[in-house]
Amino acid sequence: MTTTDSTPDLAGRVLTRPARLRPLPNSSRAARSRRKWYEIIGLTSPALIIYTVFVLLPMGFALFYSLFKWKGAGWPAPSDFNGVANYFKRGIPPGVIFDSGFQHALLNNAIILFGSLIIQGPIALAVSLLLNRRFRGRAVFRLLAFVPYILAEVTVGIMWGIILGNGGVADSVMKSAGLAGLIQPWLANSKVAIWTVLGILTWKYVGFAIILFLAGLANVPDELSEAAAIDGASWWQIQRHVTIPLLGPTIRIWMFLSIIGSLQVFDVVYVTVPRGLRQAGGGTTMATYMVDNGFFPQLWGYGSAIAVTLFVIAFAAALIFQRFFLRRDLEGALTTGRT
Amino acid sequence: MARSRRARVVLALLATPTLLFTTTACLSSKPEATGPTCDTSTPTDLYKNPVTLTWWHNYNVPAADPVNKPGGLEYWQKVADDFHALHPTVTIQITAVESNELQRTKIPAALKSNDPPDLFQAWGGGEIADQASAGYVKDITAQTKDEVANIGASSSIWAVNGCQYGLPFRMGIEGIFYNKALFAQAGISAPPKTMDELNADVTKLKGINVVPITVAAGDGWPAAHWWYQFAIHDCPATVLAAAAKDKNFDDACFVKAGDDLKAFVGTQPFQPDFLGSKFGSGANPSGALIVQKKAAMELMGDWDEGTINGLSADGKGIGADLGWFPVPALGSGGDPTVQLGGGDGFACSKNAPPECVEFLKYIVSPDVQTGYAKLGVGIPVSKGAGPAITDPVIQSIAQATNNATSVQLWLDTQYGSAIGDAMNAAIVKIFDGSGSSQDVVTAIKTAAAR
Repeated sequence: MTTTDSTPDLAGRVLTRPARLRPLPNSSRAARSRRKWYEIIGLTSPALIIYTVFVLLPMGFALFYSLFKWKGAGWPAPSDFNGVANYFKRGIPPGVIFDSGFQHALLNNAIILFGSLIIQGPIALAVSLLLNRRFRGRAVFRLLAFVPYILAEVTVGIMWGIILGNGGVADSVMKSAGLAGLIQPWLANSKVAIWTVLGILTWKYVGFAIILFLAGLANVPDELSEAAAIDGASWWQIQRHVTIPLLGPTIRIWMFLSIIGSLQVFDVVYVTVPRGLRQAGGGTTMATYMVDNGFFPQLWGYGSAIAVTLFVIAFAAALIFQRFFLRRDLEGALTTGRT
Repeated sequence: MARSRRARVVLALLATPTLLFTTTACLSSKPEATGPTCDTSTPTDLYKNPVTLTWWHNYNVPAADPVNKPGGLEYWQKVADDFHALHPTVTIQITAVESNELQRTKIPAALKSNDPPDLFQAWGGGEIADQASAGYVKDITAQTKDEVANIGASSSIWAVNGCQYGLPFRMGIEGIFYNKALFAQAGISAPPKTMDELNADVTKLKGINVVPITVAAGDGWPAAHWWYQFAIHDCPATVLAAAAKDKNFDDACFVKAGDDLKAFVGTQPFQPDFLGSKFGSGANPSGALIVQKKAAMELMGDWDEGTINGLSADGKGIGADLGWFPVPALGSGGDPTVQLGGGDGFACSKNAPPECVEFLKYIVSPDVQTGYAKLGVGIPVSKGAGPAITDPVIQSIAQATNNATSVQLWLDTQYGSAIGDAMNAAIVKIFDGSGSSQDVVTAIKTAAAR
């Protein structure tokens, strides 16, 4: 294993910084500035156009539609204007905030969010610390840990749907192992479904956390643990006081990705949990609730309001996490454009 | 400073499209609702110019033995080929899609686009009323007078304010498909006619370790149909008519339907994991229990025999053991000859060429309907095609459909997808044990106001 050192990077950056030139005449400076702007416009416009047409524009549409009581025929008419009732109305019909179905979906998202952090984090940390040690067949184990993450969500959903069906593989295995008493209607009960979904998501995404942590561990210099060992620290003490603190930035980035992913989770739930069970509240997340209660009934106005609410929640979570947890890690990582 | 400048740029970017759309929206207005006057013009230049018709239908599963026993998919292809042979200027391109996907996703999305299919599956009721008021479907009143007369009253399900927007090719009531051998084994001599008899039979079937009734509650609507059945027997016809017309669900009978369903679910007549079971697909399709002889009954429309057979390896299901009886007088009884049913039809999109309507007329013509009847996949609507039915189960459904004094359209189709979806979801919660009878009515009212 090679040790990596950050100093050459820093040194390189210092060396490649252009030497300051003496002040240019005004006309030449203006021409340079014009050229710079042409370059900026020329190089960024394709990306900007695509971003506008496929991201900002649809977001604007959703925000606009969400202000109407509109079933998708033609354009919303001024008489369909509903203000913010799709968001904030109490009574019948309730806005998104007071819709008990949406609140239930939000609770399920919270279960997935905290469940993912609490279960995946320690497992991934333990496994990656283990896989970071040298032993025969390490590459194979690393690969195996990562395989579930490579599978498409829909494939994972269908596969687990078959395994966890009534009388499926899971039930047979549990029976043979003498655990028949623990068999549950995994994907057929509104109270059990969310925990089944959490289990499937954990199985799929723990590999991603492991790979991230392993990449982070590769950047922890061996010298530090060697020095700690010479000072008499045990393996556990080295992990606790040297390795894990240095893994902090990686853990925080993983938490960030996990939080955003948990808030938006859709495909695994959509495929594994049948629609009737979702309608009964089992395993529903905000994203599936949006499709089930906006898209299928063709309530485009209300569906857009759910979409916007989901966006605001995910956006707020991202901002808060960045502000309080990622700030230190991101310092210096973002270029300001000033030299 | 840099940060706040960036924030302003982002805000401006966000605001521009919003403003833009607000302006466009104010300029454009909704298409006008269809008035009481229907289209009376008849096309003059039929078959003069070559046209290509796109046709979307839901017979997407190929038959196990397409040569000797063709199914709907093969038959519709033959119908399209025959029409092309009769009128060489018309070419027909078929797209066959799974029913739920077609109805809930593909057709609504296509109708909103500039390029909808010319001829597409239409289930009638509130759905076609919504499509008509949005200006998506063609008024075919003038061109189809003779066909409407031949089909009779059921064609009115595809009419809005007296104007015709589509025609059915299949129409039937739902009933209970059952395994005759299991009934005999449980000591049941005749199919139940009353709620008490049904309850007694459920007990007897449990006695021989058989799931009395299988239900695909995982899809929602098959479970909801049990509530519909209680509702049409608990509610007087006038109340049901008022509900369909004015979305008035204040009558106490709608809550009673939920109470009756709750009591029935409480007797545990269904398979234990019904919420994980889908209709005709997935890991645990409801019909698989019928094929495996683990369940005795299923409440379903006349297409269920085809679905059950399709779930067995040899395509024959349980063969001659499969029987059918009309739904007993559930709940407070009511009129036993009031039945719940529905049909499949087709409609032409607004700007489809007039040949589309001619092809639709061809589909419901007696000859094509007779060929359809022979398939054994559904009950034809055209008078004169009935005798061609050879399948005994379909025969008994056709007979019961004829004997029904009135047929109430599937309630979710009747009320349109917004109310229908919310109603079905609330009913599934009764099955799940997490919802109340009142919740169903509240959900309906909420969706109606949405």
